[in-house]
Amino acid sequence: MKYLDEFQNPELARRLLGEIRATVTRPWALMEVCGGQTHTIIRHGIDQLLPEEVELIHGPGCPVCVTPLAVIDQALEIAARPEVIFCSFGDMLRVPGTDRDLFRVRGEGGDVRVVYSPLDALKIAQQNPHREVVFFGIGFETTAPPNAMTVYQARKLGIGNFSMLVSHVRVPPAIEAIMTSSSCRVQGFLAAGHVCSVMGTDEYPALADRFRVPIVVTGFEPLDILEGIRRTVRQLERGEHTVDNAYPRAVRPDGNPAARAMLADVFEVTDRSWRGIGTIPASGWRLSDRYRDHDAEHRFSVGGITTREPAACRSGEVLQGLIKPHECEAFGTTCTPRTPLGATMVSSEGACAAYYLYRRLGSTPIPLEATPVV
Amino acid sequence: MCLAVPGKVMEIEERDGTRMATVDFGGVVKEVCLEYVPDLVVGDYAIVHVGFALQRLDEESARRTLELFEELGLLQEEFGDPWEAAAAEEAMQAQEARK
Repeated sequence: MKYLDEFQNPELARRLLGEIRATVTRPWALMEVCGGQTHTIIRHGIDQLLPEEVELIHGPGCPVCVTPLAVIDQALEIAARPEVIFCSFGDMLRVPGTDRDLFRVRGEGGDVRVVYSPLDALKIAQQNPHREVVFFGIGFETTAPPNAMTVYQARKLGIGNFSMLVSHVRVPPAIEAIMTSSSCRVQGFLAAGHVCSVMGTDEYPALADRFRVPIVVTGFEPLDILEGIRRTVRQLERGEHTVDNAYPRAVRPDGNPAARAMLADVFEVTDRSWRGIGTIPASGWRLSDRYRDHDAEHRFSVGGITTREPAACRSGEVLQGLIKPHECEAFGTTCTPRTPLGATMVSSEGACAAYYLYRRLGSTPIPLEATPVV
Repeated sequence: MCLAVPGKVMEIEERDGTRMATVDFGGVVKEVCLEYVPDLVVGDYAIVHVGFALQRLDEESARRTLELFEELGLLQEEFGDPWEAAAAEEAMQAQEARK
């Protein structure tokens, strides 16, 4: 799209920054929900360009980071079985379980494969009818529809050797959990644009109203982030709290109805544990009973695993916006992307990894002029 | 993994009853399932995540958003408080100098 690269235009960024400066009169704390937004913010130094009254708090929107340790351990146990081909997105390989990760399992002889799409895993199942193929189905509302479609197709095509270990999470209950926490400082949300491209904005007005908090649907380019901030600050300064869509080129009010219908067919809402945060009611999806034959947790009976989190890791506080990554004692010392204690340092979308990549190594933020066009 | 990225639809075909496309992500070409945005045609842009198109990218909305950004600056120059603008400019320069 010829307009796409213009969303990184430094001149327009300066105008938006000027507008934010002209609007803000007192301190405000905004949370960007999605880890992709965190990376844009840190990569371009947007947090440093903002007036000091505007503080950005990094939210829990990194699926790799919030997948609970028990589910990682379940994945490791299944992946180690000789009859299994275990398929996963690449960024799950190094996420530490209680005592190893998927890389280690592969090193010890497990057949662990990285796929780009869940449909690739389904293809592997078709090509290997005598093996059990398991896909690690994690992620937010953006990843859930592809995974739902894959399970649907497995059933439609009668591929009996395909199952999915499902640990999907939903954003709105996480916003509710953050707002009801006694230590919450968040006054406005930059909602995750791609989640809304699937789910639309229907779930947000009740939250905005109940917590009197502006929620602005925000994209991922530098100008999208600045525009999200501008609109949120404007609402806060005016005492408003509405849902506003600042990413209309990808988000319709009703999202993607076909994807939502598939989600409703394949999954059902369940309570989910979030790594570092704890259980949030109705915050996840599991496979509905109709698709139980394709549920790896059921097929491999991997319930009842005991887990042990590293005591030094404070990723839970990072994920709730209570501390910044560099305020953790282990950050950059015993915890680095090569030797991660927690998932927030492993994931390419994790807040700790963003701080380590763009700050800790002494690099200055990438100026808007020098950004590559996606 | 969670990052959905924009791509351009290059070719479309039915495969095993599923609508699939070849999509160009600025030089990297991937196979993408179109079942969730079935009305995409060759030349359209879409937000794609883990091999699935999730939403059409609307060029008209993109253009309108950019026009708004342009307008904001112009309006501010036209009607804004010149002292405030000068102070903001100064703050920006001081911040850049500190980097």
